[in-house]
Amino acid sequence: MLPTQRGSRAKAVLAWLEERTAWDSIREFVSHKAVPVHSGTIWYAFGGVTLFLFFIQVVTGILLLVYYRPTPNDAYESVQFIMTRVAFGWLIRSIHSWSANLMILAAFVHMFSVVFLHAYRRPRELVWFSGVGLLALALAFGFSGYLLPWNTISYFATKVGTDMATFVPWIGPALGRYLRGGNAVGGATLTRFFGFHVAVLPALTALLLLVHLGLVQKFGISTPPWVQERFRRSGTEIPQMPFFPDFFLHELMAWYGALAVLGALAALFPWELGEKANPFASAPAGIRPEWYFLAPFYTLKLIPGHIFGLEGELVGVLGFGLLALWWVTLPLWGGRPDGSVRMKLVTGAGVALLAYLATFALLGYLR
Amino acid sequence: MRRAFLFLLAAATLPGKDSCLDCHSQLPGDLQKPALAFRDSVHLRNQFTCASCHGGDPNSDDPQVAMSRTRGFVGVPARTAIPKLCAQCHSNPDFMRKYNPSERVDQYAEYATSVHGQRLSRGDTKVAVCVDCHGVHNIVPVRDPTSPVYPLNLPKTCAHCHAQAAYMAPYKIATDQYANYLKSVHWEELSQRGDLSAPNCATCHGNHGARPPAVSSVAAVCGTCHVFEAQLFEKSPHQPVFSSLPTGACVVCHSNHAILKATDRMLSGRDAICSQCHEPDSAGGETAAKMAAMIGSLQKKIEAADAILGRARDSGMEVSDAIERQTDARQSLVKARANVHAFAVPVISQPIQAGLAIAAEDYRAGENALHERNVRRKGLAISLITILIAMAGLWLTLQWIRSRRS
Repeated sequence: MLPTQRGSRAKAVLAWLEERTAWDSIREFVSHKAVPVHSGTIWYAFGGVTLFLFFIQVVTGILLLVYYRPTPNDAYESVQFIMTRVAFGWLIRSIHSWSANLMILAAFVHMFSVVFLHAYRRPRELVWFSGVGLLALALAFGFSGYLLPWNTISYFATKVGTDMATFVPWIGPALGRYLRGGNAVGGATLTRFFGFHVAVLPALTALLLLVHLGLVQKFGISTPPWVQERFRRSGTEIPQMPFFPDFFLHELMAWYGALAVLGALAALFPWELGEKANPFASAPAGIRPEWYFLAPFYTLKLIPGHIFGLEGELVGVLGFGLLALWWVTLPLWGGRPDGSVRMKLVTGAGVALLAYLATFALLGYLR
Repeated sequence: MRRAFLFLLAAATLPGKDSCLDCHSQLPGDLQKPALAFRDSVHLRNQFTCASCHGGDPNSDDPQVAMSRTRGFVGVPARTAIPKLCAQCHSNPDFMRKYNPSERVDQYAEYATSVHGQRLSRGDTKVAVCVDCHGVHNIVPVRDPTSPVYPLNLPKTCAHCHAQAAYMAPYKIATDQYANYLKSVHWEELSQRGDLSAPNCATCHGNHGARPPAVSSVAAVCGTCHVFEAQLFEKSPHQPVFSSLPTGACVVCHSNHAILKATDRMLSGRDAICSQCHEPDSAGGETAAKMAAMIGSLQKKIEAADAILGRARDSGMEVSDAIERQTDARQSLVKARANVHAFAVPVISQPIQAGLAIAAEDYRAGENALHERNVRRKGLAISLITILIAMAGLWLTLQWIRSRRS
């Protein structure tokens, strides 16, 4: 075949595609999309890394579903079977567990980078709300998935976690029963946590993710106020890099980096299975939840039994509820209607929250 | 007489006034002590009064009346009368059933057969009577940890008399039993591991019917707990020989009160028990050496499998099946050690072979896990190199695009 003939055939294929997909308009749109370049540009990568790790979760989760059986009698044995008998089962399970943790870590880094770069400000309030919602869903993924191997640690950690839910004012007891499917953690808890983990939460996450990415697409990537101010004073344009291929290739390199870290963790520190849960045994000493729940867990342990006539746990749960509400509404109290921000207030709040989470998680781990 | 006593007792146990307790609680010194001690007793909790044992009239506030002989007051009962006094209630099934339907009522009958009871009947008031072991006024149930006859406290209670050289001198019996018992594996099990079913003095000697086991029954006494060992010993060539010795069967090798933890060194080596009778080159000596070698070999194989499985587990490998299977290997070792009591190589060979097979399988599982770990690490290294090459390729592509653009 002559080169001209090959060229004309490729053009014919492209023309066929163009007619059915409007590919040229997408290419045109992408070619004009740009990302601001400044000293904080590197932090933009963490949103993409979180997304990449979420995709890993979806793929490895689907693979685990092939063998996993969500009943108290079979759950532990099925995970053990995956880890010992299924080809590369150990790798899939370890990657699923490690990427879950790395995804939540990346999501936290992404959230705090948004706070410190003040990317939540007008008109991106909804991007912030949807992002915080996605983080809450990621934590719910972690909480529901933790029980699924049905080992001792996960069983008792879920018991503690669902106990905490019962202290929510008014709806606490009903919420605890709903989460457990009864008065105690058992088979009903396992099946509903499995249902949340593989159906309800993925559906909600997919919807919210579409909203989040759609809004990011709509408003573009934010530039920190001080960078905007510097270039406004100098009368020059903020440097930009094309989203495709420059930022895309940068992002791809970050994804590869995340994959390398994930692979190393999975191969060098395979996720432990522990011992099968025995609901009739007493809780082993040193039970603690995953690292991302350690700070509230340790705080609740420090709270006295009664404060001003109220139960300590109730006060703790109320306090965390108010703290979460305050944090979710950050764009409302941290930004001004004209788009400017209360920079010192927000940065101070971010540093304080980060210090609290890090310190109490560390103390909770060490005690 | 007995019916009259129970009538008086019933009257004295009716809930209400107890002038003895009321007065003695307020008296000074030694007169107050019994009243204070009685407050914690099981008898007061069950509404018995001082008059239940001492007689008298607890309804009268006048000491002359309350402690009047005409009202049945007996004062401090004579030591020789104490077992019978206690037995008036504790040997009466109808009476005891009211408090505990499953309570035993044969203590007095057993006591009468004991060395203590027999000597008491001959007028020896130094021997133990009920209150010497159970306490006087502050008697609590045996299951109460403060009771002197609670399993953890019983050896000390017996030692109160039996470890006193001067007190035991007239009877010409040893006083080192308690000191020896404290060295024993039985006391270790009882005191350190908290196993209340571990043997104490009463387990081997009896409690109310206490007397030393006859030489001929030592094996049967030990065999009540060590069933398999006793069965094997009964068929062993040692049985007729050991049983004819003055010490009694098991005691020949294990001693009596200072029963130390049995180790494989009892079989062979410089301190071996077997070598005390058997020359190393005799048939018995060779059997002992063979048994020791077989047990030692299984022990080493189990330890080797434990070590490699531990390394694999610490590397994050899933070897819980093999680790659990090690329990079977250890059980084979325990069985082989028990089978030593047959004193025959073929008898211990069976569990040894079973244990060796399990340990070998577990060792292989550990080896495979470590091999798999190394394969994973190589796979990781290859993956990381591939990823780094891909990242470098992406970076070079980006630089190439930028250079073309500029």
